[in-house]
Amino acid sequence: MPNYFLTEEQMMIRDLARQIAEEKVKPVRAELDEKEEFPWEIVRILAQADLFRVWVPEEYGGLGGGTLELCLATEELSRACAGVAVTYAGSALGGTPILLFGNEEQKEKYLPPLASGEKLAAFALTEPDAGSDAAAISTTAEKVEGGYVLNGTKQWITNGGEAEIYVVIAMTDKTKGARGASAFIVEKGWEGFGFGKKERKMGIRASATRELIFQDCFVPKENLLGREGMGFIVAMRTFDRTRPGIGAQSVGIAQGALDEALAYAHQRHQFGRPISSFQAIQHMLADMATQIEAARALVYYAARLIDSGEKDISKISAMAKLFASDVAMRVTTDAVQIFGGYGYMREYPVEKMMRDAKITQIYEGTNQIMRNIIAGELIKELASRR
Amino acid sequence: MDIVVCIKQVPETTEVKIDPQTKTLVREGIPGIVNPFDMYAIEEGLRLKERYGGKVKVLTMGPPQAEDALREALAMGADEAVLLSDKALAGSDTLATSYALSMAVRKLGYDLVICGKQAVDGDTAQVGPEMAEHLGVPFVAWVRKVEEVSDGKIKVQRLMDDGYEVLEMPLPALITVVKEINEPRLPSLRGKMRARKAQIPVWTVEDIGADPSRVGLEGSPTQVVRVFTPERRAGGEILQGEPEEVADKLVEKLEAMGVI
Repeated sequence: MPNYFLTEEQMMIRDLARQIAEEKVKPVRAELDEKEEFPWEIVRILAQADLFRVWVPEEYGGLGGGTLELCLATEELSRACAGVAVTYAGSALGGTPILLFGNEEQKEKYLPPLASGEKLAAFALTEPDAGSDAAAISTTAEKVEGGYVLNGTKQWITNGGEAEIYVVIAMTDKTKGARGASAFIVEKGWEGFGFGKKERKMGIRASATRELIFQDCFVPKENLLGREGMGFIVAMRTFDRTRPGIGAQSVGIAQGALDEALAYAHQRHQFGRPISSFQAIQHMLADMATQIEAARALVYYAARLIDSGEKDISKISAMAKLFASDVAMRVTTDAVQIFGGYGYMREYPVEKMMRDAKITQIYEGTNQIMRNIIAGELIKELASRR
Repeated sequence: MDIVVCIKQVPETTEVKIDPQTKTLVREGIPGIVNPFDMYAIEEGLRLKERYGGKVKVLTMGPPQAEDALREALAMGADEAVLLSDKALAGSDTLATSYALSMAVRKLGYDLVICGKQAVDGDTAQVGPEMAEHLGVPFVAWVRKVEEVSDGKIKVQRLMDDGYEVLEMPLPALITVVKEINEPRLPSLRGKMRARKAQIPVWTVEDIGADPSRVGLEGSPTQVVRVFTPERRAGGEILQGEPEEVADKLVEKLEAMGVI
């Protein structure tokens, strides 16, 4: 595999994440999937290995890395189990708005426990009637003495119920539409903040996806993230940073599927020969590998661009997520095809990978929304050149 | 409590090749790993430190590249590491090795020495116990649990074929550990970064004040007479059927073989 000019530290992160994936995740992934069990034990192993620290600045207990470091770890974990990987990356998704928009007190309070892995975070935007149309959210934050009172329901929240720290987007002024939303840091256990049903999913079943219910939940004014009305800016800037992470997850799932398919094709005999000797199989494998490498190159490039401090990252970030997730879906589908009937059976790992891959085309913005973003940026660029 | 963990770098393979000329292990070209049993020793050292305080010092004897094994131990959380490396040590058998290590252990200072029960390349299981003899301290081999350390004594469980024994001995002492004792931790990123930067002192025969005639080939009385791969035993035969029939057949066969 090309080394992508990684630094020694980045290779260290990748190798340690790979070791954990191989030794600790692979042996339990089928069981976690079957039982839909939250992987607390693996979370603790990741914490002890310092992997939650990679994206957090050193002054808050992190290792001072950025998006690329987070992507490397996410990719390796996804190679073994995307459900574990999204649990890990989901905490970074919840922590990123605090890193980007938090004031000094908020960062000092909330980032160190996320870096140590002692606590998990979650990001809450989606609602039953507000998915792609995020501006349609109806959760409200009413201004009161000393803070705000939240009411409403958030849906499909990754790490919901398990995380201690939540960044929640709610409307402070409904009359202003998208400009009337604000972001809040809410802690598990606060009065009026509860959890609804835990979703039963097609894939990434080790991860927790749950409803958050706010009923007159008081949030002190110190926990407003950024300023009032900045809620959607917080959300969009956060996604711009974290979408390459979904790309990395996709690359990892696809790589895991190729690894399995290649090994199987070599060992499976039909017509008296290993099936890897048939050109039909060989060309599938070649296409899978090529698509994965292209996706990885795009994801790493997007991550590096973000880490370089570049401001205009919406397009490249959306491209990385869009392309890599489509690759993951195609590659995992082909992996099942190479496995034939065995691939369809739960005894073999590729059907899970195919189920896991599907969500990468849907969450953190559907791939249709990704295309909207990319096209929108293209047209904006054209207009600015005129 | 000062804990010294002695580790060995071994080839990363279960199929060890032997040089027909020198009758020693061929180590060239095979990546080295920490002897798996020594991982349990490192882990137990770290756990005892977490329980009782003190320091974990890791020691290995070997060629310069054995430093990698020490860095791995540092990445897991060991406080210090020392490499005992000197051309004069080449060709040491277990007696010479254990002597040299014991001299280095003395120099390091210790309350407890922990070794893996054996190395997976040589498989002798001699170096640990021999070190205790050189040091003149009590030892327990095959430890599966350290129950407690208190009042200058250590209480351990020794794994036996049919269970375990509980033994107590005064410190300083030496134990060798079996895989039942713990599950070694993975390294952490911060540990790896620390380990990468760590300065690892290299000690020579002179540094540890060892008698040069007691180390290396000269100090090694062991003679390897012959090295061979044992012949594969022929597959047995499984008799099937009702117990009475099978018993009759068995007696017949044993009589035919002249065993009974």
